[in-house]
Amino acid sequence: MQKTLKIKSFFEGVSKGISTFIVSATDLLFGTLQKLIGVKRMPYFFVLPNLLIFGIFILYPVLLNFVYAFTGGPSFFPNERPFVGMANFERLFACESIFQPNTCTEDIFWRAVHNTLFFVIFQVSLMVLFALITALVLNRKIKFRGFFRSVFFYPCLLSPIVVALIWKWMLQDNGLLNGIIMGLGFTKFPFLVNAQWARFWVIIVSVWASMGFYTLILLAGLQSIPADLYEAASMDGANNWKAFTKITIPLLMPTMLVVIVLSLIRAVQVFEVTYAFTGGGPGTATLYLVQFIYNYGFSSPNKQYGVAAAASLLMAGVLIVLTLAQFAAKREESY
Amino acid sequence: MKVKKFLIIFVLLLMVLAACKPAAPEATEAPVVPSEPEETEEPVVVEEPEEPVVVEEPEVEPVELRFTYYADGIEAEVMQPLLDKFMTENPDITVVLDVVPYQTIDEQLPVQVETGQGPDLARITNFAAYKGKYLDLRTVVPDPDYYQTNFPAPIISALEFGGFPDTLTVTGPYINKTLFDQAAIEIPGEGTTWEEWTALAKQVAETTGTQYAIGIDRTGHRVAGPAMSMGATLIDAEGKFTVDTPGFRDFVTLLKTWQDEGLMPAELWLVGDSMNNCIDWIKSGDMVMCMTGSWQINGMANDVADAFDWMVVPNPTGAGGSTGVAGGSAVVAFAGTKYPEAVAKLMAFLYAEENYSAFSAGTLALPAHKGVAEAGVAFNTENPSVLGALSAYTAEVPKLQDQAVGLNVHPFAFAYYRNSANRIAQYLSGELTLDEMLINLQSDIDKAIEEAGG
Repeated sequence: MQKTLKIKSFFEGVSKGISTFIVSATDLLFGTLQKLIGVKRMPYFFVLPNLLIFGIFILYPVLLNFVYAFTGGPSFFPNERPFVGMANFERLFACESIFQPNTCTEDIFWRAVHNTLFFVIFQVSLMVLFALITALVLNRKIKFRGFFRSVFFYPCLLSPIVVALIWKWMLQDNGLLNGIIMGLGFTKFPFLVNAQWARFWVIIVSVWASMGFYTLILLAGLQSIPADLYEAASMDGANNWKAFTKITIPLLMPTMLVVIVLSLIRAVQVFEVTYAFTGGGPGTATLYLVQFIYNYGFSSPNKQYGVAAAASLLMAGVLIVLTLAQFAAKREESY
Repeated sequence: MKVKKFLIIFVLLLMVLAACKPAAPEATEAPVVPSEPEETEEPVVVEEPEEPVVVEEPEVEPVELRFTYYADGIEAEVMQPLLDKFMTENPDITVVLDVVPYQTIDEQLPVQVETGQGPDLARITNFAAYKGKYLDLRTVVPDPDYYQTNFPAPIISALEFGGFPDTLTVTGPYINKTLFDQAAIEIPGEGTTWEEWTALAKQVAETTGTQYAIGIDRTGHRVAGPAMSMGATLIDAEGKFTVDTPGFRDFVTLLKTWQDEGLMPAELWLVGDSMNNCIDWIKSGDMVMCMTGSWQINGMANDVADAFDWMVVPNPTGAGGSTGVAGGSAVVAFAGTKYPEAVAKLMAFLYAEENYSAFSAGTLALPAHKGVAEAGVAFNTENPSVLGALSAYTAEVPKLQDQAVGLNVHPFAFAYYRNSANRIAQYLSGELTLDEMLINLQSDIDKAIEEAGG
């Protein structure tokens, strides 16, 4: 016992000595720095590493993107690309009618835009609806609540490529589902080779993969609603539906807005899952904006950096509008 | 407190000094002290023969060459022993073979080379993607005449004399012979049309219960041969691409029939935006006939083994004759290499007749080297299916139309290949009508050519 105490106190002493040394060395370093630049400038020093990473890996590529969007030619190097002004944007918008992609010079771009709009509207609606229902259920005192919370969150932990491949193996022509269907004596189903079904499954897979994340956010929002309000409502004779519409929804609205905007932003940027799942097919039925940009900028043998950059700026514009709309909605809510 | 601060500063200073400590000086030999000459008797003069003056060769700096490579089958396994042999003969040169997926060669390598981060050599298929980036071998190889004499001029010209074709490929169909035998249907020969083959394959599939009758790889390269056989003139005399020709229309219409009648797997053309091969279906016994090419021979030999008998049949005939499309990969050297002499040595080694022949024999590939083709290749196989396939594809070579040979070396061939696959997929899925598909495809090719400065 005494020996154990001695060993314990030895290690405690060593660790205390090391931590004292580190703290003193750090104190010495930052104390000196503070004397040089002043207390008010110290926060900038602490955010500098993060700013550097942000500048190099995010801000600089964004600025380069502007250069590509307003220049042309096949060269990769910005200084070898001639300035073309708005030509890349004009090429994207050269249409008789943007509602009829066949009338457009870049018809694939407009198909991607329409597909993305369709995806955003339906995917976000379904996502929020299912996430809300799941959060409401998980907020109740049910058996194995902890287990179910993990189960619904688990798909979020998977890589999008893994999610896409698993579902592809299940839904492809000779996949698991068709194997069961044919085993039951029916004709196999064109899950991924029919345009409408492909769009449907892309949305379902995307909802399944991401729902858990938004469920957790909504669950946190539900748990922040005071239980007293429900008790008071119950005493006043309010039924479940009234409690839900008059208490839950209004108080959950700020959290819902966050969920809606986050899911909108993610939906506009959909790529990994769909690229691995359907590759944009059949035809261009599930080809979305980011894949269009990727194809033009990276995978095409004749890379068109200017058009790809212009398309990405247009997409960024949409995302900025969405974010500003969310800020405006939040401001109104707080008034 | 002051003592503690001092100790900390001292420790930090020590760490800094240790980091900046100069390297230990190299051990020098102890100076030789000449001994005093000993007194001797007068020596007897004997004339000694003059020793030859030995000139020591200057020390050669070791060189590492990076060789980016893709493989359809066992090409990398065949290439490595050749590289080992080269390195044994040239101990100062190390060659690192980086085997990567084809998609990396197709999408990433051009950007790497353009930004100066490319390898010294690579195996490629899109010759035009590296325009202006090749190392002119005529200026560095020991025997430029040998190089220019033994490879087809259009190909090495398309490579800007920066490489050589390591294989000659030809497109053509494979069939599952065992299924034909089981269905008791005679395999037709030369002169059969695509429509006749479609009907036969359908009959065999129905009789034997095979899932799919027929298929073709998802690329304009494979579509071009049948289209030309049906009378398409894809490349005119001026080298201009024209897709709206009767033969192209006819074949794409036939392709739609395959799709609509379920003769071809829907996923082959409709799922994914990259190249899909029908060879996987025929290898698994789920397809009767697959239009692909000669580079699949060693894959078929290895993967099918003796599961069933297979063979290559002549390219079906049409209004334009019977033709496949020539193609093939090339091993190229890039101008950005820091070691042009070493690269030249390696290239000369690889295209030397003995080594080129060994590569062809091991990979079961048709040779593009004239000397090797004339001498014949002792292919490493006794497999009758493989030998038959090699003979069949060799017999296709003289039938190739000029445009079929010129297509793959055309500077904008890949603009046609990739865009035609995507547009045909839109037509097959019903997104576009035939006329819309042809208009859009022509527009895509024209835009790509204009964008590339063509």
